[in-house]
Amino acid sequence: MNNIRHLLEPQDFSVKELGSLLELADSIVNAPEKYAEKCKGKILASLFYEPSTRTKFSFDAAMLRLGGQVIGFSDPNTSSTAKGETVADSAKTVSQYADIIVVRHPKEGTARLMSKHADCPVINAGDGGHQHPTQTLTDLLTIMHYKKRLTDLTIGVCGDLMFGRTIHSLVSCLSRFSNVKFVFISPDELKMPTYIKDSLNKLGISYYETDNLEHAIPDLDILYMSRVQRERFINEEEYMRLKDFFILTRDKLDTAKKDMIVMHPLPRVNEIATDVDDDPRAVYFNQVKFGMYVRMALILSLLRLDERSVLS
Amino acid sequence: MINVSKLKKGIVLDHITQGHGYKVFEQLGLDKLDDVVVLMRNVDSKKMGKKDLIKIETDLKLDFDVLGLIDPGISVTYVSDGVPVKKLHLTLPETVTGILTCKNPRCITNVEKIDEITFRLVDPDKKQYACEYCDARTSL
Repeated sequence: MNNIRHLLEPQDFSVKELGSLLELADSIVNAPEKYAEKCKGKILASLFYEPSTRTKFSFDAAMLRLGGQVIGFSDPNTSSTAKGETVADSAKTVSQYADIIVVRHPKEGTARLMSKHADCPVINAGDGGHQHPTQTLTDLLTIMHYKKRLTDLTIGVCGDLMFGRTIHSLVSCLSRFSNVKFVFISPDELKMPTYIKDSLNKLGISYYETDNLEHAIPDLDILYMSRVQRERFINEEEYMRLKDFFILTRDKLDTAKKDMIVMHPLPRVNEIATDVDDDPRAVYFNQVKFGMYVRMALILSLLRLDERSVLS
Repeated sequence: MINVSKLKKGIVLDHITQGHGYKVFEQLGLDKLDDVVVLMRNVDSKKMGKKDLIKIETDLKLDFDVLGLIDPGISVTYVSDGVPVKKLHLTLPETVTGILTCKNPRCITNVEKIDEITFRLVDPDKKQYACEYCDARTSL
């Protein structure tokens, strides 16, 4: 294949390319059966060097629903890594068998390293705390599906804004679209990092910071909740103090717009009460399904199996 | 006052920030040269007050990426037959390859041997570069 494209971080795709990918994904959402044979005869290698349930299932299901097949491992001890093979060599080897590689690895930059050595497209399914671009694509498709646009939106992101990889990636990606505003809702200790705010300032994008979820809610088109991640804290006491700082309950939605949507990358812990689940504005479980559809579109685009793909 | 004779053929690295001379000396590997090398420190300078200076009697090819990283104010003068023939002023390079190493312990480059790692300039004021693999910032 000439001119192999990879997805290592959301910025790898232009705004136009993202638009075409989301259009394709939306077509799949509307008529998945039309795509059931598109990847017949193709093999996806799923290389999971650390555990992941949802992301692995989502990629596997995406390839199977396209009529393709999946090989791979979810425990590196069962692969030649255990014999000391380098990631670079694994990429070269696996790309002789497979048409496309999906990799998750605890070390940051692994997917980029693989992309330099593989003879086929590589998709980053998470490299440590660095990038997880298909989660961002999932979020974009969810927004596109419910709001019919990625422009002219006020997005509130709430929770752990300091360590939340998913949120950093989503904010960076949405800042490429016009008239998008952000409200950063977090306790002082978990505020959005300065480098992200600096880049928004440079782009002239409007945002404000608050620690009051109730006050922010009426302004929002989208409320993106996130989990305070225990693994990011050195001090257990600090985690215990902050973990339940924001809890979205049904009554807090009273002042929200009727068409606001509540998103969450899942898994949730306590930050969204279960009584919110059956509110029509709660779309976080549907988000999971959109994740599979957008991965189907991504596989088709990288393998250049759909005429609508405009990847250069 | 110590006098160092005029260079006939070689390179003069002038306007090195006071105290940076030894770092430049080390990074260029000048201790490994068989040629004559002089490192002068704390030399009086009208422009800088004090400066460091290096004279090398050689045809050595300099790695300007390294010099630009250590001290972009250094001026490089090539001398032939006792007269300056070419003068270069350094700037911070936009990218550097094979010189910096990533300090992020979670970066794959600290697990696998990768020779040519490229870093891109992200903060000229702090001379910070980002690793092409993990985006972590580092400086020399």
